[in-house]
Amino acid sequence: MSSGIGVPVKRKEDKRFTTGKGKYTDDIRKDNQAYAAFVRSPHAHAKVKGIDASAALAMDGVIEVLDGHQLTGDGIGNIICGWAVNSKDGSPMNMGAWSALATEKVRYVGDAVAVVIAETQGLARIAAEAVEVDYEALPVIAHVMNAMTDGAVQIHENAPGNQIFDWELGDEAATDAGLAGAAHVTSIDITNNRLSPNPMEPRSAVATYDDAEEHYTLYTTSQNPHVARLVLSAFYNVAAENKLRVIAPDVGGGFGAKIYIYPEEITCLWASMKTNRSVKWTSDRAEAFITDAHGRDHVTTAKMGFDENNKIVGFKVDTVANLGAYMSLFSSSVPTYLYAPLLSGQYDIQNIHCNVRTYYTNTVPVDAYRGAGRPEATYVVERMMETAARELGMDPAELRRINFVQSFPHQTPILMAYDAGDFPKILGMAQSAADVAGFAARKAEAASRGKLRGMGYSTFIEACGLAPSKAAGSLGAGVGLWESAEVRVNPVGSIEILTGSHSHGQGHETTFAQIVADRFDIPIESVNIVHGDTDKVQFGMGTYGSRSAPVGMSAVVKAMDKVEAKVKKIAAHTLEASEDDIVIEGGEVKVAGTDKAMAWHEVGLAAYIAHNLPDGMEPGLKETAFFDPVNFSFPSGAFICEVEVDPDTGETEIIKFTAADDFGTIINPLIVDGQVHGGVTQGIGQAMLEQVIYDDDGQLLTGSYMDYTMPRAADVPSYDVSHMEDQPSPNNPLGVKGCGEAGAIGSPPAVINAITDAIGNNDLAMPATPQAVWRAIQAAKPVAAE
Amino acid sequence: MTTINMTVNGKAVSGDVPDQTLLSEFLRENLRLTGTHVGCDTSQCGACVVHINGKPVKSCSTLAASLDGADVKTIEGVSNGELHPMQQAFNDNHGLQCGFCTPGMIMTSIDMVERYKAAGKDLTSDAIRAELEGNICRCTGYHNIVKSIEDAAAKM
Ligand code: FES
Ligand code: FES
Repeated sequence: MSSGIGVPVKRKEDKRFTTGKGKYTDDIRKDNQAYAAFVRSPHAHAKVKGIDASAALAMDGVIEVLDGHQLTGDGIGNIICGWAVNSKDGSPMNMGAWSALATEKVRYVGDAVAVVIAETQGLARIAAEAVEVDYEALPVIAHVMNAMTDGAVQIHENAPGNQIFDWELGDEAATDAGLAGAAHVTSIDITNNRLSPNPMEPRSAVATYDDAEEHYTLYTTSQNPHVARLVLSAFYNVAAENKLRVIAPDVGGGFGAKIYIYPEEITCLWASMKTNRSVKWTSDRAEAFITDAHGRDHVTTAKMGFDENNKIVGFKVDTVANLGAYMSLFSSSVPTYLYAPLLSGQYDIQNIHCNVRTYYTNTVPVDAYRGAGRPEATYVVERMMETAARELGMDPAELRRINFVQSFPHQTPILMAYDAGDFPKILGMAQSAADVAGFAARKAEAASRGKLRGMGYSTFIEACGLAPSKAAGSLGAGVGLWESAEVRVNPVGSIEILTGSHSHGQGHETTFAQIVADRFDIPIESVNIVHGDTDKVQFGMGTYGSRSAPVGMSAVVKAMDKVEAKVKKIAAHTLEASEDDIVIEGGEVKVAGTDKAMAWHEVGLAAYIAHNLPDGMEPGLKETAFFDPVNFSFPSGAFICEVEVDPDTGETEIIKFTAADDFGTIINPLIVDGQVHGGVTQGIGQAMLEQVIYDDDGQLLTGSYMDYTMPRAADVPSYDVSHMEDQPSPNNPLGVKGCGEAGAIGSPPAVINAITDAIGNNDLAMPATPQAVWRAIQAAKPVAAE
Repeated sequence: MTTINMTVNGKAVSGDVPDQTLLSEFLRENLRLTGTHVGCDTSQCGACVVHINGKPVKSCSTLAASLDGADVKTIEGVSNGELHPMQQAFNDNHGLQCGFCTPGMIMTSIDMVERYKAAGKDLTSDAIRAELEGNICRCTGYHNIVKSIEDAAAKM
């Protein structure tokens, strides 16, 4: 069919976006709307000794100035991390108190201490400048390796040595024994650079309080409005769930940064009640850099042992992760359960051990950013494989191939049960698309022009479809990670799908409609998707971790199963046939092999008119379902990057980037390719351009697009993307695996492996700027005899 | 306060605005033309691009008060019932995901194609990438934006 599964249907949502009719949070204006501006700490670490708001309050148009004592005095609760990770000695993680408006102490530059509510945004900002805060500066920990030193200042009283937890996974003794018996051991020290997610739409909130109903409405830039409502109610005590509606309208990108419930949303809701005004806050880019959760920031040492046949016999990883000044919502899970269980990569490794220590620093909280833990794991594994191959004098593809997992299901020693895949086949697809065979000639040609060519691989696996609720719960998750859906067939036969998934660029209005059009063989135009509103959709866990297809769509399929069963009963009753003989096709519900049929819409009408339904059947045609996955899904892929380096300047050009992947069943190849393009570009950004930098005082040096290098069109190539579809996931009805993060997960090691191949020096940190590459080239030069 | 009169999307508009009002604010707040977006505060991202007297300009860095008598076109004024070929090409080639950068991308791209056509120059993919220097997209990786512009250029 023309718009079913697998068809590159053009997006239904594009018309409003291409004509300027999208409705983002900042586009909303309420009657009686006032504006919030936050008073933020200029210090990375300081005691708050007093706040004097009198000058601000005296300004014309200033409605109110509110601080943290008033906020906590009204019973607004602390911001929490929702995933409990215990240290290896069994002790719980040391979660420090985080109030939406700081009271006693500020812990990073940007920490909010008060909010000004005023008649205009400009006024609110000027008045925020006029609020006098008396700070007593404290010593600052700006870099994670300084957090653990003797005598380091304590950021939270309940975290001795600034440590949050010291966690491990795997069998250390067996891994040590494997390494001790190895014929060759490769060691690497690597840093996973700190990033700022930077969705192009800055965060925004519009909160309204209805005093007659004691009811709140929040429009916000959220990837998961139901989770926001749950947390705002159950933990932050802003309002009971039945007194709070959260709406995430069009959202301009998320990448993880819009999962969390930040101080600003909490404060706007509370301030709307305090002032009885609608309160709007929209971040500018500078504010986004100092308040949106950052990503990555790991320092890792790793050892991998090989036997005489170059098979891996042990892999030991030690990681220090920076969680910033406070524990954000999922922060604890990112460097633990979303990281270490992926360290087996695509390889059959019997002995793996990973130790992770996490620390507080006086920096913005760190949490999930596109890939969340899996890019960090992939970077360790794939840099290791390439480095080991060079040390062993082997073709890096061959070293991978002989260590690939060959049969499925495959249980790793670190929790994961890989369900399906074909790693040699994807690698082969990538190698032929990248013309690996012709590389030597291209390298020689480049050399004749004085340029250095390099090629780098990354064969990665990741875990998507978060997550089996029971398993997640046993690992410390505070919530279940199922998804819900409602399929509502109207009396005229058109369909609304209500889903707890949320689209902020993923194209759900098209792809979710495709699976419905495919199932009931009806035009895609008659299917509408409803999402992002807690009053409309019953519940949902939202969109992150590439979960919308494997979990969100699966719930839709389960609900469609129920609709189909009822449709068949009604048709069988009306057409006086057996249910088993009823088929749905071509816009009709018919008795197979006969000309007896009802039009699709006639069944809908029959269900609602209810004059002639089977005895005991309820009228109406609307079904709900919850889908809880039985396992993660495991997308995988092989990326090959070819670069050319100018040895005089260190300037590096990506000549070709090849991405072959296994996402299982593909619903819409146009959209899946787009996800890969965007993800790979973010990965190239991490590898070559992006870096959050703090100075030793905890001042952010990369706080604008003048300093933080976002990938632009001329920085990246066009991509060669292909998909293998013959290993669908056995763990969900569509066989989908998730495609949103793979590009960002797999690409950084491919890029760095390519550049290090070109320059002949493995010691190159991300981002590989021209300066960094040039330095690595100089460092690798043999010392000339003078 | 300054009183300004200008033409926006073919219609005469006027307003009294504080002198420091940016064109992006005037469009979004006074005229409620919210298709023009603001993605940064350093004139880097291009989400705010509109045409002023036929030239692409970052509306976040332009004072409304300086534009008395100007002819402004925003994303809302691009289609005349039918989608403009550039808008259609972005849809056909999946040149957008979250849509936030899209209005600025389309305004920049329309000008780009028209300028190259007027000068009789070939708009190669390298030229497109170089011309997009002032527009950031975090979602698409630019691959399909480049394709969209190539496609539209063939049809404009
Ligand atoms: S908003 Fe104008 S360039 Fe970013
Ligand atoms: S489509 Fe989201 S920023 Fe370009």
